[in-house]
Amino acid sequence: MTDIDIVIIGGGPAGLAAAVAAREAGCDRLLLFERDEVLGGILPQCIHTGFGLHVFQEELTGPEYAQRFIDRVHALEIPVQCGTTVLDVTRDRVVTAVSPMCGLRQFRAKAIVLAMGCRERTRGALMIPGWRPAGVYTAGLAQRWVNREGWMPGRRVVILGSGDIGLIMARRMMFEGAKVLACVELMPYSSGLTRNVVQCLDDYDIPLMLSHTVTDIHGRERVEGVTVAQVDAQRMPVPGTEQRFDCDTLLLSVGLIPENELSKAAGVELAEATAGPVVDESLQTSVSGIFACGNVLHVHDLVDEVTRESAQAGRAAAAFARSAAGLPPPALRVRDGAGVRGVVPQAICAERVAEDVSLMFRPTAVFKDATAAVKIDRVEVARQRFRILTPGEMVKLTLPKGLFARFKGACELTVEVTE
Amino acid sequence: MTDVIVIGAGVIGCAVARELARFSLRVVVLEKARDVAEGATKSNSAIVHAGHDAPPDTHKARFNVMGNALFEALCRELDVPFRRNTSLVAAFSPADLHALEELKARGDKSGVPGLHIAKRSEVRALEPAIGREVCAALVAPTGAICCPYELTFRLAENAAANGVAFHFSCGVRTVAREDGGWRVETKEGRSFKARAVVNAAGLYADVLNNQVSAEKLTITPRRGEYLMIDKAYAGSFRATVFQVPTPMGKGILVTPTVDGTLMVGPTAENIADKTDTRTTAEGLAKIRQAASRLWNGFPVNGVIATFAGLRAHGDRGDFVIGEPPDAPGFFNAAAMDSPGLTAAPAVGAYLAEQIAGKLGAEKRSDFVAAPTHWPVFRSMSMEGRVAALALDPAHGHIVCRCENVSEAEIRASIRCRIGARTLDGVKRRTRAGMGRCQGGFCTTRILAILCEELGLAPEEVTKFGGGSHVLFSCGKELPLP
Repeated sequence: MTDIDIVIIGGGPAGLAAAVAAREAGCDRLLLFERDEVLGGILPQCIHTGFGLHVFQEELTGPEYAQRFIDRVHALEIPVQCGTTVLDVTRDRVVTAVSPMCGLRQFRAKAIVLAMGCRERTRGALMIPGWRPAGVYTAGLAQRWVNREGWMPGRRVVILGSGDIGLIMARRMMFEGAKVLACVELMPYSSGLTRNVVQCLDDYDIPLMLSHTVTDIHGRERVEGVTVAQVDAQRMPVPGTEQRFDCDTLLLSVGLIPENELSKAAGVELAEATAGPVVDESLQTSVSGIFACGNVLHVHDLVDEVTRESAQAGRAAAAFARSAAGLPPPALRVRDGAGVRGVVPQAICAERVAEDVSLMFRPTAVFKDATAAVKIDRVEVARQRFRILTPGEMVKLTLPKGLFARFKGACELTVEVTE
Repeated sequence: MTDVIVIGAGVIGCAVARELARFSLRVVVLEKARDVAEGATKSNSAIVHAGHDAPPDTHKARFNVMGNALFEALCRELDVPFRRNTSLVAAFSPADLHALEELKARGDKSGVPGLHIAKRSEVRALEPAIGREVCAALVAPTGAICCPYELTFRLAENAAANGVAFHFSCGVRTVAREDGGWRVETKEGRSFKARAVVNAAGLYADVLNNQVSAEKLTITPRRGEYLMIDKAYAGSFRATVFQVPTPMGKGILVTPTVDGTLMVGPTAENIADKTDTRTTAEGLAKIRQAASRLWNGFPVNGVIATFAGLRAHGDRGDFVIGEPPDAPGFFNAAAMDSPGLTAAPAVGAYLAEQIAGKLGAEKRSDFVAAPTHWPVFRSMSMEGRVAALALDPAHGHIVCRCENVSEAEIRASIRCRIGARTLDGVKRRTRAGMGRCQGGFCTTRILAILCEELGLAPEEVTKFGGGSHVLFSCGKELPLP
């Protein structure tokens, strides 16, 4: 058992930013574990551009964006162990890790940053009926094959779900010579960013079929086709609207799920709306000294936001490791108001707010000419107007830290969206 | 010329082959698929039944009770997971209650130990998550669960270690009498000759039986669909919970698996096509409906996979076991629908005795019952892991993050006697790709290991053989001008 200040679990954008920030905040003894052989998480396979517009005011590819942080990690001499799987995290912050190089080891950490990212929803979770042939893949798996390993998972493709990875992969498969027949979305709106719908589907004449779903998969050995049907307001297929697409591949981009198996092992409380840990404004979970950031906390649209959030988690973990003081539990509960789902953080300690507080959430539906308002104990403290809000784009409202001095002892903060 | 040809490498065929290996007999197993356990064996309820369902004095009742008694020792011998988790038959109404009493009487007569009928409060205490409408249950303490494909793989591996020869991609087309023995020809044009034949051809056992015997047999595929639930819900049920059986079978049940997941299903639908393992919207809806009745708070968001299997339902209403009177030396193990899995060890032992007697074979003294198996990382203690890592650092490379399967295990599953040749083959031997991400992260790594171990190009790797290719050639290679 080795004593250490901070263990960071995951070497994707969240873990990298947390590590850099913790080091810059003065933490000497930290260690980052990454499962893969290389750092960067999912970014090395995201070879399209669009990363870094906020953080660097530049348009970078995923590997370029990751490399800036990897270079920084190396420059700061932060110890990193790739090819290492964390098997267990306990409530008293003992981390068990295994790797071929170092075998099985245990660390007792003063603070832990959970940065494990997320996984993709699968065909099984959607319960799509039909045959079970080869050729049904999640979009991220296909992306890894095409972009990192140079293999084509299909030639004639239908994409179910309009999540960003699916949209990006529609364009990517076209570039590589495949035919993308359609992108099929259950909801009446795209779940991806508007810019991706325009740049990846519209520009390549790939039809986006809203309010449609895949109701059957054909082909005994390899996919030979799928049946697509329109859905009604209850999202149930409408009989008589079925059409068959002859394809050899079905890619799924139907949602991301935070990977919180280790969080659960540590006894961290999870929120239903985000499927990630319940955190306070310092990104500390319900377990003292365990912090969470990035897609393990809640699924983001933009890596730039992951970086911002994770740097904050890194600073907070460093402060915790330094003082290890038992802090008062956060008293101000954050609640999803009308039209709002999954506000992060879920609680704020008004007495100790150290930085401006970003409230991040998704609207429950599409709102035009919308107003997002924040109330503390029914007093409106912030209000922002938006031309359009959609569930596919996360909303961020930032409250200045000075604000909270006025609300010591307050009980409830509510975020709501109205048209 | 060999002594015995076993047709079919499902759990029945492999159980018979492994029992035959105890005798001084040359045994060949012919399997049409690319791997063992590719038929009904891989997609059923994975239950070792107590034995109260079949009418007493049937093959089903006898082999069920015998098989149940043999199962635990067999699993221990082969080092495969087995759990005597108790089974309940839940009653929802007074009419059901009457049915429970009948089942209990049947079970008592067939020699099923320890049956009793529990009242609502006891049932609730046993299974707190059971549906609120359940008013009583028949409790069978000998009810158990196992992993049928893992068992089959280990049976085959152990049979092979004792000299049984396995031929895959060998689909038997004809069986015919020749010179007092049997000539077996395959679709691929291969020809085998043996003194005795075992018909463990699952859904196709009727075709083979009808080639050699005037006692015709018809097997109907009866499809059953299932939902698999994430192991995050492990502990929701300890026991297997059945509903009162109907003429179509035991009905939709909920059961834990030995791997920590839970299953709900199966539906029961007679179909015409012996290859139609599709799931259907209607079937899956039916399971969800039944699940919410059996399981208070059934977590529909916990579903990680759906699948369907085909039971080999015979028209005689019972297993068809042994030699037809007009075809001596041809041994049926046919119409093995439920409780076929439970019966497998008993059917294997019974037929091997019969065949050895007929062929005058003696027991071998050099039979090795305990197989060598690779260490399974996820089920090791801390100390066991340290020891395994000292022997092979590849145990420290976790390839499948959901099920904690190491690179060492994946390589071993390919290198063993009945080694994996496909993604599904690796999956069923190691559980890699069976967890909640369903291979989203590990498929690329497993494919690369298969290529390394077998000298394959990536586009040659299949999901389960035949045309189930996973990848196309490299997209970036442009044709030369």
